Amino acid sequence: MKNMLGRAQALLLRPEASVVIVSAALILYFELANSNFISHANIETLSQFVAAPVIIASGEIMLLICREIDLSVGQVFALAPFIMGIGLSAGLPAPLAILLALLVSALIGLAIGLITIGLSVPSFITTLGMLFLVNGATLTISRGFPANMPDDATLTAVMGGWGYAEILWAVAVVGIMHIVLRHLRWGLHTVAIGGNIVAAGEAGVAINRIKVGNFVLTSTLGGFAGLLEAFRVGSADPLAGGSNIMFLGVASGVIGGTAIAGGEGTIVGGLVGGIMLGVLQDGFTLQGINAFTFNIIIGAAILLAMVANIHLARWRRGGNPA
Amino acid sequence: MSDGSSRDPTEAIRAERIVKRFGSVTALAGVSMQVRRGETLGILGDNGAGKSTLIKILTGYHQPTEGQLFVDGKTVQLGSVDEARGHGIECVYQDLALVNGLSIYHNMFLKRELLWGGPLRLLDHREMRRRAADALAEIGVNIPSVEMAVGALSGGQRQAIAVARAVYSNARILLLDEPLAAMGAREAGQIIDLIERLKQRGDIAIVMIAHNYAQTLEICDRIMLMQHGEVTFESASATTSPAELLEIVRREYRAARVS
Repeated sequence: MKNMLGRAQALLLRPEASVVIVSAALILYFELANSNFISHANIETLSQFVAAPVIIASGEIMLLICREIDLSVGQVFALAPFIMGIGLSAGLPAPLAILLALLVSALIGLAIGLITIGLSVPSFITTLGMLFLVNGATLTISRGFPANMPDDATLTAVMGGWGYAEILWAVAVVGIMHIVLRHLRWGLHTVAIGGNIVAAGEAGVAINRIKVGNFVLTSTLGGFAGLLEAFRVGSADPLAGGSNIMFLGVASGVIGGTAIAGGEGTIVGGLVGGIMLGVLQDGFTLQGINAFTFNIIIGAAILLAMVANIHLARWRRGGNPA
Repeated sequence: MSDGSSRDPTEAIRAERIVKRFGSVTALAGVSMQVRRGETLGILGDNGAGKSTLIKILTGYHQPTEGQLFVDGKTVQLGSVDEARGHGIECVYQDLALVNGLSIYHNMFLKRELLWGGPLRLLDHREMRRRAADALAEIGVNIPSVEMAVGALSGGQRQAIAVARAVYSNARILLLDEPLAAMGAREAGQIIDLIERLKQRGDIAIVMIAHNYAQTLEICDRIMLMQHGEVTFESASATTSPAELLEIVRREYRAARVS
């Protein structure tokens, strides 16, 4: 009995569990306050809001675990659909144009990784520079105007046009990245680098390769999320994504228990963290809260969730918080 | 000497006239050493004497500026940690190279993980847990569960995990960087017992870096004193006393002050 209680307590102390409980409470509250919350239309809207940050979080969590960050992923998000557009106007079939967009996204990640590792620049700085650079490229390519997406009905539906396509992609990304983190050497080495980079190096872990790889991964996922969003909306917007979506991705990861100081984190945590942020945003929108107050509430909620998680993590490690 | 013909058949590793410079700093100024299988060599010296640099060259972490290395009598180039491991050289560093947030078995198998699932190359957590527990039991290390995070262990236990990891990976040349530093009497005793058990196997050559003269003379068959990147004294432990070593160090210290 005591053992069972201990296990239940350990489970409840997992960051994912606490976020799930808070999310459930929020959903209940919003449903009671506004009966439209658990409706088909709203669930669909919510799923679309959650998908992109969760996909981005899946990459950022890998970077955060190995003590890096990508601030420019939201700009790659905006660029990718325009790269696809270039491919299409060059006569490429749509699937190849999509691949081209993903390839360019990956190359941006590679550039970030090589600069960060090769020149020993903190990734905070590298990606801050890349943020402006990529944004400028998007604005130049688009001349500041939105562009149309290909009118292939099936492709559009699969890539996000159908209501739940985006969240299904997000869940698939979460599933794959969870396996990468927990069941592949790549993930174990990523955790080892974040936990003790000297030890990882002495054990022979290919630190640079793993870090660069995680930059490539995050950029590619950012580009992919941007493509899904463009297909869903039906047009490529040069002002889509940006720092907002990047911070939502990072916040999803951190709310879900990823340590900002590296060495620990879960992909599933990013999913539940993203859902919680989505529920908050969607719920308050349904309640018709003033847009100005809205950001105050979201900001406070993010702060609260992160502080709670940092302290829960300490509690888990050290036994008693008091 | 440096061709294989006249070599000692029990020789495990030999370094000849190793020089290592970092920019304008000379960390090692022509160091030679040799260890046989079943033998334990203690390297003594103050901070900055070049002990750690020598160990890092033997593990392939640094490459020598000049000089040659021989494993089993054959010339080797140790370009990386992986290459050195390929020759059976394993090191337990002062910082133990353990990742606190990871479990014992993940630490023991870091960079040589067991896999399953064929081309999927998934981590075989179950098999790694089983073998880690067996490996610890074999060298007489008692830990409740290999799933415990390394950060939750005591200093002696952590040291034992690091040694067990090296031994498990078939180390034939085991390098220990200050294995007894910052350890209480009981924990040090456990580690000394562990080293004794490894010596009795007879197939492992152990090189140990240390500060404490008396302890080192007790554990090692032979000792080597390093000062300013050079070997200044070498002898069998049985014929050396701590007082003798101390006198050599003092003499050197006085000479340095006069000049």
